[in-house]
Amino acid sequence: MSSLALAVTLPLLGALLATLWPGRAQPLGLAASLLTALASAWVIAEVWQAGALRLELGGWSAPLGIALVADGFSAAFLGLSALVALGSGLYASTYFSTREMQARFWPLWLLLWAALNALFLAGDFFNLYVTLELLGLTAAALGALGATPEALRANLRYLLIGLLGSLTYLLGVTLIYIAHGTLDLALVGAAITAGPVDATALALMTLGLALKAALFPLHGWLAPAHANAPAPVSAALSALVVKAAFYLIARLWLDVFAPLITPWAASLMGLLGAGAVLWGSWRALRAEQLKVLAAYSTVAQIGALCLFLPLLQGLPAGAAREQLVAALVLMALTHGLAKSGLFLAAGLVQRAAGHDRIAELGGTAQRLPATTFTLGLAGAALIGLPPSGAFIGKWLLIEAALERGQWWWVVVLALGTLLSAAYVFRVLSRAFNQDPTPGRFVSEARTELPALLLALLATAGLGLASAPLWRLLGVAPS
Amino acid sequence: MTPLLYAGAGIALFSLGLWGFLVQAALLRKLIAFNIMGSGVFHLLIAIAERGEQPPDPVPHALVLTGIVVAVSATALALAMGRQLGEEQEHE
Repeated sequence: MSSLALAVTLPLLGALLATLWPGRAQPLGLAASLLTALASAWVIAEVWQAGALRLELGGWSAPLGIALVADGFSAAFLGLSALVALGSGLYASTYFSTREMQARFWPLWLLLWAALNALFLAGDFFNLYVTLELLGLTAAALGALGATPEALRANLRYLLIGLLGSLTYLLGVTLIYIAHGTLDLALVGAAITAGPVDATALALMTLGLALKAALFPLHGWLAPAHANAPAPVSAALSALVVKAAFYLIARLWLDVFAPLITPWAASLMGLLGAGAVLWGSWRALRAEQLKVLAAYSTVAQIGALCLFLPLLQGLPAGAAREQLVAALVLMALTHGLAKSGLFLAAGLVQRAAGHDRIAELGGTAQRLPATTFTLGLAGAALIGLPPSGAFIGKWLLIEAALERGQWWWVVVLALGTLLSAAYVFRVLSRAFNQDPTPGRFVSEARTELPALLLALLATAGLGLASAPLWRLLGVAPS
Repeated sequence: MTPLLYAGAGIALFSLGLWGFLVQAALLRKLIAFNIMGSGVFHLLIAIAERGEQPPDPVPHALVLTGIVVAVSATALALAMGRQLGEEQEHE
């Protein structure tokens, strides 16, 4: 049995078993989560040792067969999914206290994970479409688990917009099949020509994915959907589901369609990214609720990742390009871990205080010291303070922007960083007041520790130990 | 000529559905529009399966079958969520 197949089938099998035995959904779900994380670790270990992997399913090779592929880029995102899904799943096992909620949560949660892993490992355009749809369906269903009218309304809108995005993507895929007669990513990549059909296909697919990634100005659905979902679900939606759509944009723009990208197209993506950084950070600063703040900060993060596209355009293969792609991955991973930690902590604040209004957070630091520490750590990673991975990512981005004479991206990044510092400190400044400090740092280990560990990984883990990531991506450390 | 006619009809259906999806406010109308958009894409796929070759290319057929399954599940989920939303609103 190949590690690639296991990373997709284990969560799928777990979801099936959890559906069949709803009474045992929780132990089954936790066991399946552990096994899936181990399978992901196995894929990463194999990529680490042997480089890119490819598995022809059922022994049928492309163009007819469907392949699963893994390289350093996909392995890194597979690892992010494993960490966030494991941490949030552990948190959810305490967060959802009734059997009924657990029986609803676990099958959907494992299906979401299966869709994510399948998306990161998919080797052809149509498989990607199926995984995108599966991701959209499970994400909307999970987001509506709370069943409040607001959550239902927001997630129904999210579902419909996701469907619009997938159909637009599918139309692009159809054009690819018309032009090249194959859907295999590698084969299409080799046959790309600078013609109108391929350009239209890329434009349609990017538009569809931009809807799903909530790229400015298509981000309107994100804040209500993410802010109204249960905390562990928001963590996965913001850290993984939106990132998965961006992962695919990056894969298309940097890899498959790279020869087709003109400076204008890349600058347009950079411009949208700049709009997202400024508008998202501004809305986060003005947000009244902690979860709305976290959701708008996700809009800004996706924008920051898009700033890499104009700098990578036309950059010839070599050390400089690899360095910049590694910085992009490092920043995406840091944001994913930090954002999941932030949402999990926000959920604990909401449960302890009965609300998550930022203006009334006074005394949180005294009541929940570990959770406030998590908010601080995640905030440091979101701002990009050293030693977080985002600091190194931003540093390399600024270096590349100056080298290529595109200094305006540096201005955008600097403004975004200042705004994010402002919204993080706005939360932290409210969390402290004069109540006596308690003796216990952790009040509920099973929910507070996963959040804390994810934030700690974002701030210290990825920043101080980025060399292994560089090696996984096959880049020589600078 | 015939494939071009079918492909053109597919694009027309997609555009018509897209217009309906963006303009209509009611959930049921939006879902019907979404299914029309999907039919447009499937139409296009069926049209390209027959490109003067005998027998026709089976891959687009497989894609359409998968696409139909996905569209049906998505419609079902949206309808279920819409119904629950309606019930919640009645309770208020």
